[in-house]
Amino acid sequence: MSAKFLNLQNIEKRFAIPGKEGYIAVTNVDLEIKQNEIISIIGHSGCGKSTLLNIISGLDMQSSGTIVLENKHIEGPGPERAVVFQNHSLLPWLTAYQNIELAVKKVMPHLSKSELKERVMKYIEMVNLSHAKDKKPDEISGGMKQRVGIARALSIEPKVLLMDEPFGALDSLTRANLQEHLMRIQESVKNTVIIITHDIDEAVLLSDRVIMMTNGPEATIGEILEVNLERPRDRVSLQSDPEYIRCREAILDFLYKKFAKEDE
Amino acid sequence: MNLELVKKIALPLITLLAIVQIWSTIAGKVDGFPTPYNTYVAAFGGETSEGDEMIGVLTDPFYVNNQDDKGIFWQILASLERVFSGFALAIIVGVPLGLLIGMSKSAHLAFNPYIQILKPVSPLAWLPLLLYIFQDINLTAISTIFVTSIWPIIINTTLGVKSVNQDYLNVAKVLNFSPLEKITKIILPVAVPYIFTGMRLSLGIAWLVIVAAEMLTGGIGIGFWIWDEYNNLNYYSIIIGIILVGLIGFILDIVMGKIADYFDYRKQGRA
Repeated sequence: MSAKFLNLQNIEKRFAIPGKEGYIAVTNVDLEIKQNEIISIIGHSGCGKSTLLNIISGLDMQSSGTIVLENKHIEGPGPERAVVFQNHSLLPWLTAYQNIELAVKKVMPHLSKSELKERVMKYIEMVNLSHAKDKKPDEISGGMKQRVGIARALSIEPKVLLMDEPFGALDSLTRANLQEHLMRIQESVKNTVIIITHDIDEAVLLSDRVIMMTNGPEATIGEILEVNLERPRDRVSLQSDPEYIRCREAILDFLYKKFAKEDE
Repeated sequence: MNLELVKKIALPLITLLAIVQIWSTIAGKVDGFPTPYNTYVAAFGGETSEGDEMIGVLTDPFYVNNQDDKGIFWQILASLERVFSGFALAIIVGVPLGLLIGMSKSAHLAFNPYIQILKPVSPLAWLPLLLYIFQDINLTAISTIFVTSIWPIIINTTLGVKSVNQDYLNVAKVLNFSPLEKITKIILPVAVPYIFTGMRLSLGIAWLVIVAAEMLTGGIGIGFWIWDEYNNLNYYSIIIGIILVGLIGFILDIVMGKIADYFDYRKQGRA
């Protein structure tokens, strides 16, 4: 396990506003992420957590600071940092299978036809969607769409999996189901995962560490919480686990006492 | 029986009766205006109400007497050839230009003002200039159709490109798509229905323009034919010409609509 896998140094993001001083969304973000680690970034809306994820994915550029992944500077998007978007972002004219195939074909052009098919099927099976592989996004439920999104992101074997409020648009039962999927897949794939969330239970259940962001503007990392829970984790028995309760309370305390936010 | 079906057949027939009635009234008041019956005879042959024997315009559409006297089929064919030549040119130039303007803000800034200024220019204003340039009936008609029908293609293609969801473009970015892959795999599937809407509008304009253009250029074509028949005092032919132009335009629009639906991913697999 390499200590310096993904390293964020002194990240700041300013948005230019014509005629005014720029708006500083996030500043002073220093973070080291270990290989195979699952971390959550949590904070109130407007704390710049999505901005931070976009910077790591390369879809957005930081104004200053550096990001290094395995000794290489990140200067733009790339398939080694796959993104699961909040609204799944599946191409509606392609079937679930074709959506995944599109990604695999592009990232692994050397694969033969049968290897390509095998790989796509493997990831469709991983999210239990073999039965819906020929359906288009419009024909499947929100949770299924998001599972295809996860399969697409994993199929290109990224070094880091970035998830931007991946289950935010789903109802709570579907969300729980997807969290189970994600934990089960993570057991076998062992990716490094960064999850943006505003759900405290989700953060504790899924992560090794929870990064808590202060409120914007000029948001930064407030506290980092280690979650010392054995895996596999079971959501029901965790409810009475003292470590789980401690983590929950620490985050609650941070979000609602130290950095409480009034409704605007 | 099915009431909707009866309505669908009966209501247009009632309208037709009203139209024929108004037409008859006008024919009775304007000296020399062809009556509905005489126009029907002029189209399909027979004996007019005045007792003149006539060969219908539509009974022998394929005749060729000489270079300047051909049946209605050849007139329409000549017009359609010009329309599709100009229309094809408009697609070949308009779609790539629309893609460029949709994808590049600089291209939008560079071209948009001129598109907006040239778009409302009447084909009749272009015609003398193009006739002067080409000194040829066919090229003039085709280029007139080109310059008047290209605008909806450009504008709709641009609109199609701009309606591509930013999320899809992010997918393209994460996968490091080349510009060409971005166009073929992300932009075109979204933009194609818009492009076809533009083409449908464009074909409609082209068919409108051809009649006017051919009246001025002469030679052959449905527009020329209508004008020629006017000069020969065959007023019934003008009415036959109007109905034919309308019917063909209607058919063109239906065919374009079907093609557009075929390429629209939102309508595929749904009847």
